[in-house]
Amino acid sequence: MSKISLIIKREYITRVRNKTFLLSTFLLPIVMILFIFGTAFFAASSKDKLKKIAVVNDPGYFKANLKTDSTRLSFDFAAGIDSVNYQSKGYDAVLNLQQDAAGRKFIIHSSKQIGIDTKRNIEERLDQAYENYQLQQKGIRKEILDSINRLSSGAYKIENRVTDEQGKSAEVNAAVNYGVGFGSGILIYITMFIFGAMVMRGVMEEKTNRIAEVMISSVKPFELMMGKILGIAAVGLTQLVLWAVLITVLSSAAAAFFSGEALQQASEAGKSMPMSGNNAAMAGKFAEMSKAFGSVNWLLVLSCFAFYFLGGYLFYASLFAAIGSVINEDPQEAQSLMLPITMPIIFAFIILSSNLNTPDSPVMVWASMIPFTSPIVMMGRIPSGVPWYQLLASMALLVAGFIFTTWLAGKIYRTGILMYGKKASWKEMFKWAFRKS
Amino acid sequence: MNILELQHLRKYFATQKAVDDISFEIKQGSIFGLLGPNGAGKTTLLRMITGIFYPDEGNIVFNGRKFDPNNDIRYIGYMPEEKGLYKKMKIGEQALYLAQLKGLSRSDAMQKTKEWFVKFEMQSWWNKKVEDLSKGMQQKLQFVTTVLHEPKLIILDEPFSGLDPVNTNLIKEEIYNLAQNGSTVIFSTHRMEQVEEICDHIVLVNKGKKILDGTVMDVKNQFKENIFQLGAKTDAHHLATYIFEVIKHQPEKLLLKLQHDSTPNDVLKYFINQHISINSFNEVLPSLNEIFIKLVEGTPEARQFEKAEVKS
Repeated sequence: MSKISLIIKREYITRVRNKTFLLSTFLLPIVMILFIFGTAFFAASSKDKLKKIAVVNDPGYFKANLKTDSTRLSFDFAAGIDSVNYQSKGYDAVLNLQQDAAGRKFIIHSSKQIGIDTKRNIEERLDQAYENYQLQQKGIRKEILDSINRLSSGAYKIENRVTDEQGKSAEVNAAVNYGVGFGSGILIYITMFIFGAMVMRGVMEEKTNRIAEVMISSVKPFELMMGKILGIAAVGLTQLVLWAVLITVLSSAAAAFFSGEALQQASEAGKSMPMSGNNAAMAGKFAEMSKAFGSVNWLLVLSCFAFYFLGGYLFYASLFAAIGSVINEDPQEAQSLMLPITMPIIFAFIILSSNLNTPDSPVMVWASMIPFTSPIVMMGRIPSGVPWYQLLASMALLVAGFIFTTWLAGKIYRTGILMYGKKASWKEMFKWAFRKS
Repeated sequence: MNILELQHLRKYFATQKAVDDISFEIKQGSIFGLLGPNGAGKTTLLRMITGIFYPDEGNIVFNGRKFDPNNDIRYIGYMPEEKGLYKKMKIGEQALYLAQLKGLSRSDAMQKTKEWFVKFEMQSWWNKKVEDLSKGMQQKLQFVTTVLHEPKLIILDEPFSGLDPVNTNLIKEEIYNLAQNGSTVIFSTHRMEQVEEICDHIVLVNKGKKILDGTVMDVKNQFKENIFQLGAKTDAHHLATYIFEVIKHQPEKLLLKLQHDSTPNDVLKYFINQHISINSFNEVLPSLNEIFIKLVEGTPEARQFEKAEVKS
């Protein structure tokens, strides 16, 4: 077996067997799924207790039009209740329908805060009551208006068809593209930091453990560096694949488990809410969404994701390795030396998040070409379609970029890894990188 | 036959000449001592021999051919002064890994590792991590990993630092064994008593230059100052002579230095003529320590403040 594959194997196996790796790989998706479904579950199952509200000072038309919600709100127009005695008469709050001087503002007295949902609910009901009253005044029957509304809402839809060079047109959905682009961009951003820092710590460990000199008397410094970088890349890919598999499996399992009870409850709760659409409309939306997801070219997105994940990682990992090789035990040094490397990554993310609505703007196009920012920014553009020549140029530049950074980092690394006692300055590192050997 | 020949090696760093025209030869199967004060250029020299640095000038001939680090590195075992191992790795796996990096197949590496672990009574350590070992145990493991692949040339930089006398002897025995089986050992240290005991041949470097080269006996003879020790009862009035100069006088013992053209026989004759009975008479050779201090002392200590920059 060649030396570099031995090194890759060691880096991979020691990391994959590590408890932190196992924990983060298996626990993270579980925690994520539990979090998402847990919040959905609790949101769906937490039902407000019925609130009894006494209404006083009705101007005359509310009593007939204010609808009581059987599960959440009940309005009572009993006489002889005021803001002092409502509690003793068994009411949670008292709503005074006497408008104040400023206009349409009513006061509701309660011993505790009534909560945003309840407040909104009451407001909606009051608006509706007022609407009903107005309709009656103008002689319009509510049923007729409702039927017109049903017919007109959602009667027309716009579909954006984009025609590419071959004249093939396809439906695009900007929102889904936005989501997919942003999601993959942020994933590359995070993994670049996690695995870049892992490379740096690995190099620092070899240096501070003083094993570097033993190793370098057996293998070339470049082999040692590349072995570490590739080994950790394999760890990263393993983790991403495991995450993807686990999240898919767990979320479908969780969906199946929860859909029985909680989602039904949720939809019941939705039904009883006056303003939300009916089940048929919801189902329509779901179908639309899955169609939109289907419109994304997943093969392209996933293969580009793999390419830009690896390319971006390789581009930065060797720089992280070079930084790791020049610092000693002091983590403070790492901080200050890492800054120039982390800045472009953060910058790329800022470009992505602030320009994602206009994926073809000059800033996005340029940022998706330059290897420093392209892995993150290009991923944001891919779902909405990138001309193939731009994609190829960006990929070629990224490959050239990581060959260059690896070469550069290799020269800094081989000097830095054996140097103890003193932090190298940028000037010195520049000298090591560009001197002829 | 020479396993290693250094010819006019030079390695200059930005601020100083770390190795400045050093040449010497090392015979196969010998135990060779590379001596010198701190910052003399020993580590730089060793790093060139192990292929970590390339010399700026000069040649290294290894095993009769020009040294080719890529291929010859597997015949060399290097234990640097700053010992280090992967702390989180299990000991057995670590030894296997390092041996495989030297080109051994997995099964060979396994067999050799087991042999050495048995020899050093380390079998029970196999699944322990390095961080669980004491410093001395780590040192033993480091020695094993250095010699596991049966290198032709073993380079040990301060191999005994941090070892107790029992383990020091254990390693010393192994060094003798390895040399007897044909390996050559380069031994770098500033512990002179160990050098005197172990080494056949020594080279002393200071300030990047070779200042001494020879067998231990040669070097001692080269630096002898005609000092003799006489075992006999003497009084002060016996000692008034031009033949020798008294260095130290004790009732039963006398340390003396011969004057210019006198010989040991002149001394003996002198005492015999005075009817003094002599119990013993022998030459006192300087210890390597004394030679070392004599040669190195007085040189400016500028090199203590080496600039940390290295060049390759």
